[in-house]
Amino acid sequence: MTRGIRGVLLLTGAAAVLLCGCLLSLAFGALSIPPGDVVAVLTGRQDGTRFADVLWSVRVPRTLLGLATGAALGVAGALMQALTRNPLADPGILGVSAGASFAIVVSAGLLGVTSLSGYIWPAFLGALLASVAVYALGGVGAFGQTPVKLALAGVAVTALLGSLTHGIVLTDPDALDRFRFWSAGSLAGVGADELLWITPFLVFGGFLALACAPALNSLALGDDVAASLGRSPWLVRAQGTAAITLLTGASVAVIGPVVFLGLVVPHLARVLTQRVGIGPDHRWLLPLSGLIAPALLLAADVVGRIVVRPVEIQSGVIVALLGGPFFIVLVRRARLREI
Amino acid sequence: MAKPLPAPRAAIPFRLAFPPVSGVLRPRLVAVCLLLAALAAGAFCVGLTLGDVPVPVADVVAALTGQADGGTRFVVVELRLPRALTAVLVGVAFGVAGAMFQTMTRNPLASPDMIGITQGASTAVVAGIVLFQAGGAALQVLGVAGAVATAALIYTLGWRRGTTGYRMILIGIGLSWICTSATDFLLAHGSRFEAQAATGWLVGNLNGRTYDHVVPLALCVALLVPAALLLGRLTRTLQLGDDVALGLGTPVQRVRLALLATAVGLVAFGTAAAGPVAFVALAAPQIAQRLAGTAWPPPATSALTGALMVLAADLAARRVLPGVELPVGVVSGALGAPVLLWLLVRANRAGSGG
Repeated sequence: MTRGIRGVLLLTGAAAVLLCGCLLSLAFGALSIPPGDVVAVLTGRQDGTRFADVLWSVRVPRTLLGLATGAALGVAGALMQALTRNPLADPGILGVSAGASFAIVVSAGLLGVTSLSGYIWPAFLGALLASVAVYALGGVGAFGQTPVKLALAGVAVTALLGSLTHGIVLTDPDALDRFRFWSAGSLAGVGADELLWITPFLVFGGFLALACAPALNSLALGDDVAASLGRSPWLVRAQGTAAITLLTGASVAVIGPVVFLGLVVPHLARVLTQRVGIGPDHRWLLPLSGLIAPALLLAADVVGRIVVRPVEIQSGVIVALLGGPFFIVLVRRARLREI
Repeated sequence: MAKPLPAPRAAIPFRLAFPPVSGVLRPRLVAVCLLLAALAAGAFCVGLTLGDVPVPVADVVAALTGQADGGTRFVVVELRLPRALTAVLVGVAFGVAGAMFQTMTRNPLASPDMIGITQGASTAVVAGIVLFQAGGAALQVLGVAGAVATAALIYTLGWRRGTTGYRMILIGIGLSWICTSATDFLLAHGSRFEAQAATGWLVGNLNGRTYDHVVPLALCVALLVPAALLLGRLTRTLQLGDDVALGLGTPVQRVRLALLATAVGLVAFGTAAAGPVAFVALAAPQIAQRLAGTAWPPPATSALTGALMVLAADLAARRVLPGVELPVGVVSGALGAPVLLWLLVRANRAGSGG
């Protein structure tokens, strides 16, 4: 088999797993719907029943949201690790989550915004501004941008915004109330409208990300080699950062900071591509991460719905509780070289 | 990071015939230490004078030496002194522990609040507040237990025929994510009142400290800081890399365990007394290193820098908004981050590329 066929088979397998995840997410919850009925409702043969109401009003938007944001976070994570050449980078390292948190707390505490849809735009704007600030600070100085500088600038901006966020939260109980639910990370309570608003950003960001995949392969050889192969490292980094900001900012604004997904999934994707003999080729890694991440997010969401029924555990919590141990196993197994 | 070479005459080796002692004298290091100590002492006294009842500095000194009247004595010694002492001790503990972690892992980002130890303490304390409505001394015990348990996990999970600093950092990051998400879950499921109490603790707080907070921390600092200073010599060979250190005769694994135990003890008791005061453990050693012009974070200078940072942040927290006492952690993060950014930009100018 050629590498292309093996790659397509791998992607097909991942897509099949994702489809199962979608079905589970549609079927399970406070009201369990048998898979047969799910299919019947979706194909329009069971209109007007109780199942149809629940599916169309709650489950379908929620599943689509999980699909879209999960794919966005997975692709953004793979992109972030490729750009910083650092296996520890998660999409939140650009300060995206801290910026969104700060904006949510400001709009809840100082501007008096109360509805969920009212938070999305401030959060998105906060994420954008924070990541632009980190990108600018990481590039100050004679030697331009280096991955280490970018990471340090991200940490510092995150700490600064975190302090201000806590300052507001502690003096304003309403802001705290809103903030603590958002910051755990959840797919619940978001309707079709919010999904429609963020879709253009996700589509454009995803297009940008996939377009720079071939250049990432050259960049993995180092800036100098990439330049001699005809790629402009600066341009690739700017394009990649724009994609990460759009994808992560829009997702985090709606579902909260579930950035751990973006840290774990690319590692999983790299193990899989290694197994089938493709190697760390970003033309396959990015789409594969984009298929695995939503499957994991939906699975975590389903687990969170059914573990302690009727209460729900936020999917962000489940992702970190399950992903954390996986990450530790990965670190223990891998032969690590110091950065 | 920038590792400025010591300037000529920055280190003066000496040897005494009696008592038979030899060593290296670094005038700049000593001068910086004296200056920081003087500033910290000043901030300490100013902190004692401020409050609802202003007390002049002369009266503060009189109260401390036992010559003031009963009312002034009560205000200074019983109400304000515990707070100021906690600030100093927490700053010392975090500064020294941060310097040890950064030297041990050779990574300026490896402070206890980056590798999960603080998060472990936070999860334990928030669980105590939300699940058992705990308060007071129970929270201190939980904080110490959480930090020690997380450190033990990092060490055992990082063990594969020995540990390396890098593997411990990575495992710590994984654990810190697990702990953070557990804390988030507890916060989201607690009542509004509990969430506010927990958030107040999570930021780092010096309000309402008593001698119950000071005594355990003081004992811990008195025991572990000298130990840390003694271990300092061995840490420096560890900075050359495991292989070189082993070749120079340092028992690498045992030294690393001793360092980890000492640093974690300091962090655990410091966090138990005041909560995780943001950024002190990360920033204080880095600032101290640049002030003293050394190639590694000097432990004693880091301790003084940490104490000064917490005292100054506490002063600012009490004075910046009239009528509101902000938690000290809010201010220390907001003060520390610009300092780190400034160091970052300056490092670039020096041409070391961050």
